[in-house]
Amino acid sequence: MQPTTLVILLLILMAIAYQFGMRRSVAVAGGPKNLRSLHSRPNYYGYYTAIWAGLPALIVVGLWAAMQGNFIIDLVIADLPPDVRSLPPERLGLWLNDLKNLAEGNIVSGEVSPALRAGADHYLSLQQTAAAAMAVVVLVIAVAGVSFAMKLISPKLRARNRVEGVVKVLLIFCSSIAIVTTLGIVLSVLFEAIRFFNMVPFMEFFFGTEWSPQTAIRSDQVGSSGAFGMIPLFAGTMLISLIAMTVAVPIGLMSAIYLSEYASSRMRAYAKPALEVLAGIPTVVYGFFAALTVAPFVRNVGESMGLEVSSESALAAGLVMGIMIIPFVSSLSDDVINAVPQSMRDASYGVGATRSETITRVIFPAALPGIVGGILLAVSRAIGETMIVVMAAGLSANLTANPLESVTTVTVQIVTLLVGDQEFDSAKTLAAFALGLMLFVVTLILNVIALHVVRKYREQYE
Amino acid sequence: MNNPDTNKPRTIDLVNQSLARRYARERRFRRLGLAAITAGLLFVSFLFISIFAKGYTAFWQTEIQLRITFDEQMIDPSGERDPEVLGFADYNILVKTALMERFPDVRKRGDRRDLFGLVSTGASLQLREIVMADPAVIGTTQTLWLTADDDIDMLVKGHIDRERDESERRVNDKVIAWVDALEADGALGSSFNINFFSHGDSRDPEQAGIAGAVMGSFYTLIVTLLLSFPIGVASAVYLEEFAPKNKWTDIIEVNINNLAAVPSIVFGLLGLAVFINFFELPRSAPIVGGLVLTLMTLPTIIIASRAALKSVPPSIREAALGVGASKMQATTHHVVPLALPGMLTGTIIGMAQALGESAPLLMIGMVAFIVDIPQGAFDPSTVLPVQIYLWADSPERAFVERTSAAILVLLAFLLTMNLLAVILRKKFERRW
Amino acid sequence: MSSTTVDEEVLMAEEIESKEGVGGADLGARADEIGATVGDYTVDKPRMTARGVNVYYEDKRAIMDVNLDIAENQVISLIGPSGCGKSTFLRCLNRMNDTIDVCRVTGEIKLDDQDIYDKKMDVVPLRAQVGMVFQKPNPFPKSIYENIAYGPRIHGLARTKDEMDEIVEVSLRRAGLWEEVKDRLDEAGTGLSGGQQQRLCIARTISVSPEVILMDEPCSALDPIATAVVEELIDELRQHFTIAIVTHSMQQAARVSQRTAYFHLGRLVEVGPTDEIFTNPVHKLTEDYITGRFG
Repeated sequence: MQPTTLVILLLILMAIAYQFGMRRSVAVAGGPKNLRSLHSRPNYYGYYTAIWAGLPALIVVGLWAAMQGNFIIDLVIADLPPDVRSLPPERLGLWLNDLKNLAEGNIVSGEVSPALRAGADHYLSLQQTAAAAMAVVVLVIAVAGVSFAMKLISPKLRARNRVEGVVKVLLIFCSSIAIVTTLGIVLSVLFEAIRFFNMVPFMEFFFGTEWSPQTAIRSDQVGSSGAFGMIPLFAGTMLISLIAMTVAVPIGLMSAIYLSEYASSRMRAYAKPALEVLAGIPTVVYGFFAALTVAPFVRNVGESMGLEVSSESALAAGLVMGIMIIPFVSSLSDDVINAVPQSMRDASYGVGATRSETITRVIFPAALPGIVGGILLAVSRAIGETMIVVMAAGLSANLTANPLESVTTVTVQIVTLLVGDQEFDSAKTLAAFALGLMLFVVTLILNVIALHVVRKYREQYE
Repeated sequence: MNNPDTNKPRTIDLVNQSLARRYARERRFRRLGLAAITAGLLFVSFLFISIFAKGYTAFWQTEIQLRITFDEQMIDPSGERDPEVLGFADYNILVKTALMERFPDVRKRGDRRDLFGLVSTGASLQLREIVMADPAVIGTTQTLWLTADDDIDMLVKGHIDRERDESERRVNDKVIAWVDALEADGALGSSFNINFFSHGDSRDPEQAGIAGAVMGSFYTLIVTLLLSFPIGVASAVYLEEFAPKNKWTDIIEVNINNLAAVPSIVFGLLGLAVFINFFELPRSAPIVGGLVLTLMTLPTIIIASRAALKSVPPSIREAALGVGASKMQATTHHVVPLALPGMLTGTIIGMAQALGESAPLLMIGMVAFIVDIPQGAFDPSTVLPVQIYLWADSPERAFVERTSAAILVLLAFLLTMNLLAVILRKKFERRW
Repeated sequence: MSSTTVDEEVLMAEEIESKEGVGGADLGARADEIGATVGDYTVDKPRMTARGVNVYYEDKRAIMDVNLDIAENQVISLIGPSGCGKSTFLRCLNRMNDTIDVCRVTGEIKLDDQDIYDKKMDVVPLRAQVGMVFQKPNPFPKSIYENIAYGPRIHGLARTKDEMDEIVEVSLRRAGLWEEVKDRLDEAGTGLSGGQQQRLCIARTISVSPEVILMDEPCSALDPIATAVVEELIDELRQHFTIAIVTHSMQQAARVSQRTAYFHLGRLVEVGPTDEIFTNPVHKLTEDYITGRFG
């Protein structure tokens, strides 16, 4: 039985349990007229029974599904011919991979040996047995849960409180997923990054000025090839982000100022959403735009001025990234500018300041911390942006400050290293996680500072 | 006169002295702001115009009219009309014969290869479908419209410059002459490009379609929606209604805000390390994509849902508690239903984000070349934005057109979702 | 704050005020029972004259046919129940209402024989001549010095640093704040106490040497001691400036002003010398208000 079918079956069982529990509660109360003797409304007894039917069983399904794979593999290994069992761990892993592929009907690399065939058959039969066993166990637990709950139902049972307690635990569980996600990111990236630093020295990664991960193909070569210096990637990322911010900050900020201080309410009603359209466009579209429209344009313009422009220039990627970030800067600045109290404006107009004087000398300085926070958030977004640079920036790690040359970025390298076939133990693949760790840490620091600044700023005027 | 020191000039005179300069500055500043807005709006329109101009032609496909003889000897020599035999027959030869009949002067081997290249490799599949649907056509001669090759399509749509030197363009002079001849006969037409909406990916641009990617996106989004909406709403309800205000909930709050700003590619790394390498879920499957996008959209949904819950006035809660409802009842019966439109709006916006996302999906292998249209959340598939990324990388000119068209389709979906969110917000907007 | 929200807030405030005003009207009289202004609204040497002033918020008429002169080197106080339009009228006098999109003013307001609502009239020099002090102290989030120097700087009133220093010192002295802050001019203006902040705002207003100062309930956010200081200050400022003050407190009006104008439901009900208004009001509504029947 498929786990999905099992879950559906459980849900049906829960619905039945609900009915049972409700009727039971009415019965123990002594009929529908005596419901007042019950602690809770009958439907809560229904929920109570349904929870007893579903929750323990679902937990068992989850645990079982998580454990089953390894357990079956262990059984299969134990039953394999001795010559296979004595293979080194990596070879055994490959062999088992073939076995699973064979069992699932996928293409198998190499010839199918009788041992492999036998193993696969064994694997399949074990899987079937396990699935059947799980179904039986789970259904038994569910039915046992129902009968247990039915026994517990009495007028004194505080069913509502119990149900609400369970719901509350579920709510807490859901809200902790965010924390678990962060932990998951930190642990998974950190774990792989540590493995990387076991192969490549720390100092080389952080201070090396050369990046060419392609040289380390086999794991036994690691150490002999010293090309994992992230400085050029970091510099490339910064160069493109800088170009992006040069476009986005003035345009975004001035748009926000114009819209909140000058524009008529009608213009605001149209121009603001029109500008925000830019924020809703997927980054892959910007990437396409950058690679096929802007990059050739930049190149042509540059060449007509006698400049040598790479077809994957940092300028093209940065310009388009800047366009992408405009609405981000403008809506954050808009919020911040609107948070400056009207009394500040009144005070300034009251002594006879013009609008621009009020804006540049009163509103802007007052809003500055918030605007800086917003810009930091925008920088963090530029650094982490992937598709535009993957499609429009280069792959070669040049250490240059010339925006007309091609540079590569941290995110481009992560994608290049991880897309396609990969062995999970090579320094090349693990380098992507080390870069990911860097990216996460840098953006996290920027975000924490920015969010803190913005929050403090808001509190000041609340 | 109000100045006690009469030697000093009056304020108003001093003010008037610099007034012209100040107003000039005011105008400059105002113009700067207007220029910024205009620049932003120009970017929007330029982006849309450039993509539309590149893409709209992809919705039409050039076809070539040929007289196809369904030769019984070729298709079903035994005459039993066994579907198996019909299915495996060589229909390509019928197309080639028809082309040779149409242009009998072409004799050289190289020229013939060019000639056969006029029609798409998918044309034989077209013929097969016709025969399989109605075996009675065998033995007859039919005038049919067959899909043209992508180079011919590009030539007809004017994307290949005829003025260029022969060596610099994809089609040679002979082919152009044939195409012109066909056109003169009225044997060159175009029709709505159904393939684009019904086919999966293909190496041949004229056979490539977005159906596989759209279905992949659909399954991915379904998984995302089923997971992120309940979890997001539950977290928001807990944090807003039940959580004590202590250090722990503070941490969760800061954490959620930060998570919303983590680069999407980092979620891809998480998905790769945890879901694929640790839990050994299948690569390239919508289920994994959905899981990754769930984690990515959760902060958006939680933040929007909390805002929606916050906007429900405390008086509603007090009213429910006042008649003896438990906190949980007050929340589920009164507060959540009132906040639901806001939560849904946030969810739609989160889904729109997820639909446009591609970077994390590259990490979990949803970037493979997949021809088959996925049938479920566990089949290998790609998604629309990643399909765009893949096509954008392809060298054929015809893929530029198709990429732009796929972008138009993606944008249409996004627009619909955002409109839905706006309508929802407008309809249920409530002022307390 | 974007102007939409501002408008909404102002409108909401107006609405609330007008509702309260309606409550007041129930106790007193309906609008058409008010009739023409009682007392002489003209003076011998007017700095500002208002004739037939009407103010509309969208279609709502907030001020109706008000005629009033403001005399030189005198304090005139505008009193009345909340929502009576006294603040709205005050804000017309230096066109602060311009910042509210939906607000429209008709009639004629002259400053020294110049119509301030004339098309050729420029609000920037107008506001330099007619300064304003607001209900809530609103110092800029800048240093004390910069708060005062702001006006003179934008208007180009000081050519050198010494001149600016002098303006700052004189303004602070006139506002009675110099002794308290002279050693900490670099500190933030927002760090002062409420009363000091309001005096800072007054100093900021007089730093551009305006001819008229408008004060919109300047003491409503202050404690009694700070209020007493500010009231004393207003009395001193009278020697140099023409002052119009809106106040909620009749005692304050009696203490600081020479003339008093009583507003009710957007109309000017009665105007006259302060001592007469308070001892011998003519109009029934004025009397009711003075004697505390409503307010």
